[in-house]
Amino acid sequence: MANEKNAAVSRRGVLKGAATLAAASTVPTTWAIAKTRPLKIGLMLPYSGTYAKLGENITFAVEMLIAEKGGKLGGREVEIVKLDDESKPELAPQNADRLVKRDEVDVLIGTVHSGVQMGIHRVVRESGTLTIIPNAGNVAITRELCAPNVYRASFSNWQPAYGMGVAAGKKGYKKGIWVSWDYAAGSESCDGFKQGLEENGGKFIEFLKLPFPQTNFQPLLAQIPGLDVDIVGAFFAGGGAVQFVKEYAAAGLKVPLCGNGFLTEGTLQAQGEAAEGIETALHYGDGLDNPKNAAFRKAFKEKAGREADVYAVQGYDAAQLLAIGMEAVKGDLEDEENLHNALESAKIDSPRGPMSMSPSHEVIHNIYLRKVTGGENKVVGIAVEQLADPGTGCKMG
Amino acid sequence: MDIAGLLAQLLNGLQYGLLLFLIASGLTLVFGVMGIINLAHGSLFMVGAYTAFIITSATGSLWIALPAGIAGGIVLGILLERFLFRHFYEREHLDQVLLTFALILLFEEGRSLLVGNDFYSVPIPAALDFSIPITEGFSYSAYRFAVIGICLLVALAMFLWIERTRLGAKIRAAAEEPEMVDVLGIDARRIHLTVFAVGTALALAAGVLAAPLYSVYPNMGDGFLIISFVVVVIGGLGSVSGAFWSALLIGLVDTLGKAYLPVVAGLSVYVLMAAVLLWRPSGLFGARP
Repeated sequence: MANEKNAAVSRRGVLKGAATLAAASTVPTTWAIAKTRPLKIGLMLPYSGTYAKLGENITFAVEMLIAEKGGKLGGREVEIVKLDDESKPELAPQNADRLVKRDEVDVLIGTVHSGVQMGIHRVVRESGTLTIIPNAGNVAITRELCAPNVYRASFSNWQPAYGMGVAAGKKGYKKGIWVSWDYAAGSESCDGFKQGLEENGGKFIEFLKLPFPQTNFQPLLAQIPGLDVDIVGAFFAGGGAVQFVKEYAAAGLKVPLCGNGFLTEGTLQAQGEAAEGIETALHYGDGLDNPKNAAFRKAFKEKAGREADVYAVQGYDAAQLLAIGMEAVKGDLEDEENLHNALESAKIDSPRGPMSMSPSHEVIHNIYLRKVTGGENKVVGIAVEQLADPGTGCKMG
Repeated sequence: MDIAGLLAQLLNGLQYGLLLFLIASGLTLVFGVMGIINLAHGSLFMVGAYTAFIITSATGSLWIALPAGIAGGIVLGILLERFLFRHFYEREHLDQVLLTFALILLFEEGRSLLVGNDFYSVPIPAALDFSIPITEGFSYSAYRFAVIGICLLVALAMFLWIERTRLGAKIRAAAEEPEMVDVLGIDARRIHLTVFAVGTALALAAGVLAAPLYSVYPNMGDGFLIISFVVVVIGGLGSVSGAFWSALLIGLVDTLGKAYLPVVAGLSVYVLMAAVLLWRPSGLFGARP
């Protein structure tokens, strides 16, 4: 092998050949061990910082599913290695590398922050480690940068906003704008809203943005009356969402506000009256009426001591997807063909409703339309049924 | 361009600029009198904002947080001056930078241990939680009007203090002719202590007032610190009235830039700074070459 390129037999070439031989002779043994030793799952999630609670909820949900399966996946015991990624993109490559190379995990589940996800992606695309994403929604991961070993069990940034755009267009809104932070999730959600609105008879006017995570919304809000629009869509999350919704209400604007579901997710208590009546689109809603969701929420509350949220659902589904793959190959991750066939054709009974995988390894799911009523995100309908991400630029599948 | 929208943007610019003045005036005073560039000034602002968060969470009232922030600022300023900064006036600039940079890390770590790293919003005081319609489809929060009013009062008080009182005259003298102050036998230590305490209290007060408008989050002081430096440089190092006019200018340029020229919004204030420095290298009100 090594000698094909260089006709002359070099010392290095001989050594390489010998090493290949030595490695080849050990293959059957490692294979046998690989099937019986515990399955090592690396959880690379934020356990400190702004997103710590998200990381915890995902972890609880993953552990919950493994416990439901009797502590085994595909017949193998499970060992979990946790690593706090601190939501720091600059540390992501070395953290992912540590899990893959030093801890030698078989599967990596992570993460929340999309910048960190890019770091993980760089590492696992090279190592080939099976990776399942429980939150981060940057579209590139399942579009131009898609990889055969990477699956997403959460959502793409484009999806919920597209659902909102469709719903707004169908309601007869004619001119819309999008307001968000000037970063990947902001512009990707803007693209979705724009497409959904324009496909349904509306016109997209402008993307108003400000640097992440600034909350000086006034210069943006004051522009809205002059833009002559009839619907304003927004994507903010956490404290930024609280602030935005309150200032929007205080500004007394006549144009209704709608948004990506994260605008009112986990923030309603702080937003209070200001959020009443706002419609948002997301792949989940607290009161979603299906037996799986009811059972899931009850079990989660028993385990975690708090109510489940969309992040918990995504963690649970990441683990459900892994379980399906592991069962299909009876724990043998080396059987890549059958493993990926099973993952790609997985039909998952999720608390969010039916869910499956697209050819670019992106989740296909319902996008629900919710309306804030009495301090809750009440599901009022389905904005788009079984929505897949376009997966533009993915050369796979 | 609609006139109503422009009016709202002018108010936004005024409010933002006045808040910047509260921060930048302390920064410029401390630099003018003691010659120290206090990088931790943004952290003091952050401390004020978190004070507002902690106190309003506990008592429900920002009107308790404001005097508490000012009092706390005076005490914190005295402690910092007495035990740290005083020993650095004669040292090299590098030592001073290291000291104030270390303080940033300490304040942020303290904040992280005490309150955590979450993003919190602080409620607007109930009495001001309403909006005043200023145009057909746009209302302006009464709290923002209150902030404008409070900042203008503080600016007036600062002006009277610096320009009309004996202590103010000494402070001006210390900034402009430090040797002469020594010769005249004026107690420079007392002036330093006062200036530092006032500067710190102003930063904390700005933080308290800003908390309901901008929320509180880790490293929130950084952005305000950088823009405050721009204010100080444009206004002229050490000049409080320079800081006032330059803060208003920056507030308006930044806000109108964001509204009408979003493509260059991030750049507008820096272009302005470069232009002012080319025209007047020591800033608008800078006395010293």
